[in-house]
Amino acid sequence: MTQQKQATSMANARPLALPANWPRRAAFTALALYAIYASSTLDFTWERIVRGLPQGAHFLARMWPPNVEPFKLDLMWQGLLESIKIAILATAFGVLLALPLGLLAARNLMPGWVSWAARGVTGLLRSFNSLIVAILFVKAVGFGALAGILALIVGTLGFVSKLFAEAIEEVDLAQVEAVRSTGASFANVLIMGVLPQVMARFAGFTAYQLDSNLRNSTMVGIVGGGGIGSALYTAYQRFDYDFVFTILLAVIAIVMVSELVSVQIRRLFQ
Amino acid sequence: MTTVTSSEATSSGASLVIRRLCKSYVLDKPILRDIDLVFGERGITAVIGPSGAGKSTLIRCVNGLVSATSGEILFHGEDMTRLSGKRLREMRRRIGMVHQEYSLVERLSVMENLLTGRLGYVPAWRAWLRRFPPADIAQAYELLDAIGLGDFANRRADQLSGGQRQRVGIARALMQQPDLLLADEPTSSLDPKTSVEIVELMSNLASARGIPVIINIHNVDLAKRFASRIVGMSQGAIVFDGPPAALTEKHLADIYGGQSWI
Repeated sequence: MTQQKQATSMANARPLALPANWPRRAAFTALALYAIYASSTLDFTWERIVRGLPQGAHFLARMWPPNVEPFKLDLMWQGLLESIKIAILATAFGVLLALPLGLLAARNLMPGWVSWAARGVTGLLRSFNSLIVAILFVKAVGFGALAGILALIVGTLGFVSKLFAEAIEEVDLAQVEAVRSTGASFANVLIMGVLPQVMARFAGFTAYQLDSNLRNSTMVGIVGGGGIGSALYTAYQRFDYDFVFTILLAVIAIVMVSELVSVQIRRLFQ
Repeated sequence: MTTVTSSEATSSGASLVIRRLCKSYVLDKPILRDIDLVFGERGITAVIGPSGAGKSTLIRCVNGLVSATSGEILFHGEDMTRLSGKRLREMRRRIGMVHQEYSLVERLSVMENLLTGRLGYVPAWRAWLRRFPPADIAQAYELLDAIGLGDFANRRADQLSGGQRQRVGIARALMQQPDLLLADEPTSSLDPKTSVEIVELMSNLASARGIPVIINIHNVDLAKRFASRIVGMSQGAIVFDGPPAALTEKHLADIYGGQSWI
């Protein structure tokens, strides 16, 4: 082999320092092209936004000042209390049902077919947004808080049982085995070996879910599931934008309070 | 090399008889090869050998945490290898186990960890509500005093030092009022001084209660100091079985391989 040939072959052997990633470039280009195509079909243009702005300003202007008539405040308060009840009931029942379902879905404690079946159920429960589930329940059981509660139970169950199963799958099995080696029954192994390891996280999920349910409970009312959402929807329909603003402020307040509450719940189970 | 013959296995006063025990996790890669051992009603046996020799698997087979491939493990006349379900749990609660790395339930209190030793006898609703029988709680307090942690009942396990944790581990095993105590590398994560204290504590408490102990241990000096019998394992087989005094450097070379480390 000549010296020159050797040099070229060595140069060839080294990969490029910064090679072009063609598949990624193609993906970005495709995304950009699709975005342009999609906006052209949906009238998603700057011009359209500019035309809409005065309308938005008008809407905001009509919101101020918030409506604080005693009658309206009473209406808001009723709705708010109902939303809180919906959220707490849905969280309580959802979490209670999520405990066994999450346990069944945990692959390290259950035989394969059980955990896969349970995973299928949780997946199904999570596949629809609460709003869609709420519409189904409003059709099934009629207008009112019951439909809202049931819809949020479904959402809670799907979400919390998945998180709970994952938490159980991460437990330290050495601790579980130590409990098992005392001759404890399966139930006792769960109670003293598994649950203590996941309780704190479970409380965290519950607190998070309560927070999320409070938010969602203000929304299920829009499709007839009870709570402050009903009042909000009615106010929109009647162009009572000042009252809409009052309700929005109340929702913000309740979400902030729930944040504080969930911090306390987590601390309790630390 | 001294080995126990199977004729001795039928002799009276044996609490645990292991006959031709084999275990392989993967086919044709045996971890235990034809183990024959007989343990009496008391005394400490130290099982020594390099990592991977099968010590851990051996004692896990005894309480059924690992199921044997073939052979028998007669514990007070009952073959542990044939048991499952409720009967296995009933026999298992008569065997206390002290684990490597303590294996306390970290988020439970010391008292709760001790009471875990009674879970073979306590129904689930009592465990759930923490309504353990008063006799169990009284026994737990006694044991806490015995291990020198009388004031630690309500301390959470994850707040304890390594030595304290392993004391609790010993107490948890003794809570079972076992007829046999197994210990799987109980000192592997402890400093030398604490290691001695832990083995001494285990030895004292077990002999005071007349419980035979089988202890897997890396530390040959500790084994010689506290055990009345040493079993040396290498590659899944027993290569030495006899009193500490009979254990020579030649034996150690057989067990661990090589000479330079002795």
